Amino acid sequence: MSTAVAVKKDKAPFDYNKYLRPNKLPHIWCPGCGHGIVLKAMLRAIDASGLSKDQICMVSGIGCSSRTPGYVDFNTLHTLHGRAMAYATGVKLAKPSLKVIVITGDGDALAIGGNHFIHTCRRNIDMTVLVYSNAIYGMTGGQYSPTTPQGANATTSRYGNIEPVFDCCELAKASGATFVARGTAYHCQELEKIIFEAVQHKGTSVVEILDQCPTYYGRQNKYKSVTEMMEKIEKDGTVSVKQADKLPPEKLQGKLLRGVLHKIERPEYCEQYKKFIIGKAQGK
Amino acid sequence: MAEKKKKLLQGNEACAEGALYAGCRFYAGYPITPSTEIAEHLSVRLPKVGGKFIQMEDEIASIAAITGASLTGLKSMTATSGPGFSLKQEGIGFACMAEVPCVIVNVMRGGPSTGFPTGPSQSDVMQAKWGTHGDHPVVAVAPAYVQEILSETVRAFNLAEKYRTPVMVLYDEIVGHMREPIVLPEKGELEVIDRIKPTCNSEEYFPYDDKYEIAPLAAYGEGYRFHVTGLNHKKDGFPTNDAKLIQEGNERILRKIENHKNDIWKNEELELNDAKIVVFAYGSTARSARYAVKEAGNSGKKVGLLRPLTLWPFPEKAVEELAKRVKVIIVPEMNMGQMIVEVERYARGKCEMKNPDSQAAGILLGKEFYYLPPHQNLWCGGLHSSPVKEVLRRPRSKERGLRRAFRSRWEVYNVNSSCSKKR
Repeated sequence: MSTAVAVKKDKAPFDYNKYLRPNKLPHIWCPGCGHGIVLKAMLRAIDASGLSKDQICMVSGIGCSSRTPGYVDFNTLHTLHGRAMAYATGVKLAKPSLKVIVITGDGDALAIGGNHFIHTCRRNIDMTVLVYSNAIYGMTGGQYSPTTPQGANATTSRYGNIEPVFDCCELAKASGATFVARGTAYHCQELEKIIFEAVQHKGTSVVEILDQCPTYYGRQNKYKSVTEMMEKIEKDGTVSVKQADKLPPEKLQGKLLRGVLHKIERPEYCEQYKKFIIGKAQGK
Repeated sequence: MAEKKKKLLQGNEACAEGALYAGCRFYAGYPITPSTEIAEHLSVRLPKVGGKFIQMEDEIASIAAITGASLTGLKSMTATSGPGFSLKQEGIGFACMAEVPCVIVNVMRGGPSTGFPTGPSQSDVMQAKWGTHGDHPVVAVAPAYVQEILSETVRAFNLAEKYRTPVMVLYDEIVGHMREPIVLPEKGELEVIDRIKPTCNSEEYFPYDDKYEIAPLAAYGEGYRFHVTGLNHKKDGFPTNDAKLIQEGNERILRKIENHKNDIWKNEELELNDAKIVVFAYGSTARSARYAVKEAGNSGKKVGLLRPLTLWPFPEKAVEELAKRVKVIIVPEMNMGQMIVEVERYARGKCEMKNPDSQAAGILLGKEFYYLPPHQNLWCGGLHSSPVKEVLRRPRSKERGLRRAFRSRWEVYNVNSSCSKKR
């Protein structure tokens, strides 16, 4: 299994600087934010995949997570709020040799960018979409997002959020994504394997990554510490796909599944374009 | 030399052919009347030359996709009309800020809102200039003939690549859907400009290097791992909060157009030498104006035409110079008075300003500018059943108030009968 390659034991410490732009650090993320953990897991997964830095194009929208491309030494594109996948579609279709990775957040991908999200999945264009889901708009100061749980507090839901949440993974699956997975910042080694697998996948791969925003979500919802947030939301709030098989349904109530949730083979957009459209037009 | 073969093409098809001639290899768009034929034509033609065509999920995605594609080194284009142009504005601003060459075609239709999808208009000329937020450079060209749509689309690509900026092609439904015989240019006949790429090594490469007026633009995946953002940035492309650097960056993107206005401007001048009355007209309105000017000339009147093919940056030099020596500048346009404001600004009160009856939609039907044979007018849906009377009747009192809100002075002006008579 190729996933075994992702985690190397008894090796020298991983050199993150190989992939970072050290002179662009420190990053803007708050103490306790999960984005740094996700970034490191992603860099380890990319390293394991053997892709060269020139081969990777990282595209993001707007928000805390979308600042990631500024810190990594790839071809990087920090675009408009919600539009990362649309820009990424242009990049990928124009130059299919690039490995496109989209970094986006829950508000960016599922609210303002919802249309681009579902249509990217529908086309099954080859790109990896990492949705950093912290259930809040962090950059603007803690407003409720499409993944804020019902009843939770935010600066725009002072009486508790009444809106039901979007299940990012179900949405991706229903829209046609061919690889759908969920990871968390708490399970960072597992996350590394998931991202590795997502990057290897041909077609649209979506990984929802639950991480924590202690500054805005944590404080407004009375979490005493970052560890409490990580344990309650990411550890106790999820159950891995393997464990879920063994558990009775009542124990799965209110828990999100973790791991690779959906993986199928379906023709990829750029290949289809080359084969059918260019092929037919040029009479090949 | 053998005579060149003429083709009967629609304006929108000519636009697509112009894009291909210029080397466009990526198109993303969303269906919208009256621009859709551009997409339809390119969906057939682009794959034949190995180019990419994609119909995106919406207008915003289309401008986003062409910007992304352009960063991989492909010349790219999108086409739309009024409502779609509004939706694209944020993306146009991004391309201005990130200095990504691309071409946006807007086949103007009546507005506001859904407006008059199947009718012509020139009411997006100010949106082209001010549509996106923030101070930004704008280049827009305005062809008036089918042949010219082809050549101006090529020029739009050239300007985009040369100045690393989005360029808009503005024409209206009349020429967009009109069929005229045109000659497809041979290879090498029209100038085609490609963007300058860096030759330095990657450590020395800065995508917004201020040592150049227009910095070379690398393509993604070719070894220059650069950063692009819509945030105010330094010369290395990374965001900055430094007010001084922000000021410098914004000035630089404005200056790169400002300093090259002479290269970007393009005007057609007709009978201007001893003209006392000048018509300032662009796009299909200029076709009617040309007819009116010729008619006036035949009856011994000294009337000239100034037709800007570059609307933005505004042809201020030509207008300033004219205003000093002519009595009247007439600005007919298919809107409630947009470019006339700019013309007035540069005429600086040195001559009289007139506009014929403004139209929110439909060609200018006043006898003065009536050019198209009546049968071509059918698509106007009988809105203007009696063109001449229509002009004479206006403005109705209620309308007059409305129009005064737009502009302080306005009269219906008849070139043919007298150059000073007001109605």
